[in-house]
Amino acid sequence: MIGKILIANRGEIASRIIRTCKKMGISTVAVHSEADADAPFVGLADESYSLGGSRVQESYLNVEKILEIAKDTGVEAIHPGYGFLSENADFARSCEKAGLIFIGPKPEVIQQMGNKVEARKKMEQAGLPLVPGFSRPLIDAAEAAAVAERIGYPVMLKAAAGGGGIGMQAVSNEDELSKAFEGNQKRAQLFFGNGDMFIEKLIEKPRHIEIQVMADSFGNAVFLWERECSVQRRHQKVVEEAPSSFLDEETRNKMGAAAVKAVKAIGYSNAGTLEFLVDADKNFYFLEMNTRLQVEHPVTEEITGLDLVEQQIIIASGKKLDFTQDDIKKAGHSIEVRIYAEDPKTFYPAPGTITSLNLPNGDGIRHELAVHGTSVVSHFYDPMIAKLVVSGESRDKAIERLRAALDNYKIEGIKTNLPLLLEIISHDAFSKGDTTTDFIDKYIKKLTV
Amino acid sequence: MAELKASMAGSVWKIVAKEGQSVTDGQDIVILESMKMEIPIAAEEAGTIKELKVNEGDFVNEGDVLAVIE
Repeated sequence: MIGKILIANRGEIASRIIRTCKKMGISTVAVHSEADADAPFVGLADESYSLGGSRVQESYLNVEKILEIAKDTGVEAIHPGYGFLSENADFARSCEKAGLIFIGPKPEVIQQMGNKVEARKKMEQAGLPLVPGFSRPLIDAAEAAAVAERIGYPVMLKAAAGGGGIGMQAVSNEDELSKAFEGNQKRAQLFFGNGDMFIEKLIEKPRHIEIQVMADSFGNAVFLWERECSVQRRHQKVVEEAPSSFLDEETRNKMGAAAVKAVKAIGYSNAGTLEFLVDADKNFYFLEMNTRLQVEHPVTEEITGLDLVEQQIIIASGKKLDFTQDDIKKAGHSIEVRIYAEDPKTFYPAPGTITSLNLPNGDGIRHELAVHGTSVVSHFYDPMIAKLVVSGESRDKAIERLRAALDNYKIEGIKTNLPLLLEIISHDAFSKGDTTTDFIDKYIKKLTV
Repeated sequence: MAELKASMAGSVWKIVAKEGQSVTDGQDIVILESMKMEIPIAAEEAGTIKELKVNEGDFVNEGDVLAVIE
């Protein structure tokens, strides 16, 4: 088993990984930016080292410095968390070259699945259903218009290397398309260094449902059920739950079996997630694959009783999965909400200093925190400062507990989305499971401006 | 005379207009960057930029004056 791990990340996910390492008796090394010198994760690790500046290019994306610290501290492996270097094939290759284990899949698989066009092709070959659209990057806006005409409006314009909703836009006619194409292409080039765009049919009123997979390097793969992440704003997830309130057992098993078949076909190992859109008739369409641990992994842990970080480390250590599909249970219901430092009405970022933090406690409540009671929430990084995960024996019970927990969650000194979260989970439509991806636009309008 | 104010805390990523320049209602003047998000701050009325109060790279708080337009 791996004995020492460097965590190339920050915030709640760094703390989360360190927690599992401690449980497994693994030593940890944290790396941090100047802005994060006093962050909770830094204090939790056995050793911690500064990466230099506060900007991500100087710190959490500084591959050379991270590898230098890894070498100097004698770690055997690097856990990249999510975001930053977690889906960077070059980084995974650099780790291999430096004799370090990258806790994730092989670099060539990361590369393949990181490009939406490539991923689409591979998944189609593996038999996954795809949203009707285009399988190679579009040449220009005129070609986009021709494809849109063929598959029919509305369509979704997407950046091949996109993520976090950047370079993505729903378009309902040719006029909108020609305006949107250039803008999104420029944005994609700016953010990802790749302006390739493609287009697909817009599935109306869909659910966003994803399948968690775990695969070892011996060809064994299982699925750990699904997560529904349909409540989103600006294509960013806000509420995630497991299991989905919408799927029936037949569709659930069909999606799981398709996901397992697909990951086996690409030689995948470690934790991964296949994201799907599911329409009103429960037809499912492959969207993309995330080749890393996801933000919302705790809800899967809560219903299966598995520690996903522990499983990642076991697999990365070269061991076989010690369970089969039949061993994986699905018990109760779990809901995660992402707590953001942002204005709940405008969704604008709200960095600042936390002056007081009071967390709710009780049965079925789990916290994943990036901050403490006096943390400075920097404008340099993502606005997510905490996750609240609440579980219960049924969905109704989980919602009831979540509502009480949110009522008692107090953060002072900065604006947060807590009022928005409370509004969402208290809505009658949420209780009924009417959670298509337009949920916030449809039901929570009064909070948005 | 109108003050153009920051609608969120963040750093000034780009200034896309110059002092003395005529601007129209809705024209972007400054682009702020915070927490991986860019927010363009646009003129709320037509006029001339009398003074830019910030430089690229500056950190501003919500409500800080970015420019004066007359």
